[in-house]
Amino acid sequence: MKKNLNAIRLSSGDRIFNIINLTLLSIIMVIVLYPLIYILSASFSNSNAVMAGRVWLFPVEPTLAGYEAVFKNPQIPRSFVNTIYLTVAGTMVNIAFTIMLAYPLSRKTLFGRGVITGFITFTMLFSGGLIPSFLLIKGMGLYNTYWALILPGAVSVYNVIVARTFFQSNIPDDLYEAASLDGCSDIYFMWKIVLPLSAPIIAVLTMFYAVGHWNSYFNAMIYLQDSKKFTLQVVLRNILIANQIDNEMMKDIDAMQKQEGLAQLLKYSLIVVASVPMLVLYPFIQKHFVKGIMIGALKG
Amino acid sequence: MSQIVKAQPKPIASQSVFQRGLKEIKRHWQLYLIMLPPLLIILVFHYGPMVGLQIAFKEFNVVGGIWNSPWVGLKHFKEFITSYQFPRLIKNTLGISLYSLIAGFPVPILLAVMINECTNTKFKKAVQLITYAPHFISTVVMVSVVLMLMAPRAGMINNIIALFGGERIDFIAKPEYFKSIYVWSGIWQSMGYNSIIYIAALSGIDPSLYEAATVDGASKLQRIMNIDLPGILPTIIIQLIMQCGRLMNVGHEKVLLMQNNLNMSSSDIISTYVYRIGLENARYSFSAAVGMFNSVINTFLLILVNSISRKVSETSLW
Repeated sequence: MKKNLNAIRLSSGDRIFNIINLTLLSIIMVIVLYPLIYILSASFSNSNAVMAGRVWLFPVEPTLAGYEAVFKNPQIPRSFVNTIYLTVAGTMVNIAFTIMLAYPLSRKTLFGRGVITGFITFTMLFSGGLIPSFLLIKGMGLYNTYWALILPGAVSVYNVIVARTFFQSNIPDDLYEAASLDGCSDIYFMWKIVLPLSAPIIAVLTMFYAVGHWNSYFNAMIYLQDSKKFTLQVVLRNILIANQIDNEMMKDIDAMQKQEGLAQLLKYSLIVVASVPMLVLYPFIQKHFVKGIMIGALKG
Repeated sequence: MSQIVKAQPKPIASQSVFQRGLKEIKRHWQLYLIMLPPLLIILVFHYGPMVGLQIAFKEFNVVGGIWNSPWVGLKHFKEFITSYQFPRLIKNTLGISLYSLIAGFPVPILLAVMINECTNTKFKKAVQLITYAPHFISTVVMVSVVLMLMAPRAGMINNIIALFGGERIDFIAKPEYFKSIYVWSGIWQSMGYNSIIYIAALSGIDPSLYEAATVDGASKLQRIMNIDLPGILPTIIIQLIMQCGRLMNVGHEKVLLMQNNLNMSSSDIISTYVYRIGLENARYSFSAAVGMFNSVINTFLLILVNSISRKVSETSLW
């Protein structure tokens, strides 16, 4: 209805408004996109052209040297595999634990529901902080294991509340009443009725948790010691920000200059390699996270 | 949460809460069993560190551990508050978060209103797809993009400056630029994602309001001011509460990556200080005290802002 009305009576003021609006939105798109396009083009360009500032929009003297360097570096492919492993395993634990807590809490008749909700939401208000958590992980012998990256964040209270809200509005209490009259137990009901109905919420949770695992660096940096276990983001940090590239010693000035250019190119290519999986996947899951944010915004 | 409290049925007079509870738990023992593992995770990894916070009042040593190190009372808190870094840390933490709040808070709201006013569906979809994308880039990549684009020798921004005959600037080494780089790169990354919630709120506004306003001859701008903004005000307030509650809570992840010895005077914040003192210098007790000082303020701020908001606008988190 709103659109029809707009089409019928568009005053000159509104027309100016529309033009300004479209122009501003276009400028915003350029501001968001341009750095990404620049990185992409630089990664395919000749390193001298990048260093000399001759790359503006399209690759200059296209080459794959940067990508070759990325895949020749022994650390990068290994950390890529590590991160895939961690993301898959971590997300599976996350989803299972989140649903195991969220579904029972969505049952309005659950005894102690208020107490348990209070118990978990308090952790959103106050936390022990970095040092006590670190000492706990060390004390439990989880240091330098992937458990240190999976277990402490296995249940995100925020996501539990999102999932609980979803169950409350999508699985009516009557459904359980009816099933229990037929002798259906709670676990059987969860397995046979709740799970098959929760595909949308599982998609939302997978998105939230998987992006989190893929992109986090800090815990991996402080809890992993063995460089063979490093995740992609830790290796990225070491190469991109701390400038630790373990290349063979440089022999002469000429080689050194070449190395420096290559190192620069490797950085651009590495940024592309590390970001492409999420950026390619994200348009497909866009509608899920929009839904997730909307569920989370509802007060429950 | 108030709903939950209300939803709990009152115990029947003849039965005590305890008896009824026992019966309920027996009847639905499977539900409690299934909640046990996630609750244990929360107990161990969220409440465990809170118990460990006692080292903030102790002089931690490896032999004694968390439990048997000697008590020292408020020594570490006093040391922190009287230390010469204290004013600088508070100033930087508050400076960064206030700057983020003032510059960053209105942007997603404006973007949402603009996207909502967009009549071309395809263009609208494109804007959303593109502005949400940076959210999916990791902090490490985000910071390295910033560092590389701002690099003095071959960075794109300095190339542009040089093109117009300007002097190349080593932005990240200059303390005066740090907060702006931090805040505006954050806005670049999250404005689209943060606008989602407002777009959702805008789509929930009753279309008959627009029709009535259009019939009365209201312009688009007037409709935005009188229908859109009041319509999403509750959402705006909730978001503002959460932001204000986080005023002293600037995460260390991004700052740590952008920090270097040259910009330290404006980039050192409480959370990076906790990291540096605690994990790099292994002064566990002192660092835990600094962290606790910060969390207590955060919790207090959130409760305060929430109760103010409840009084003023009847909108609150709980």
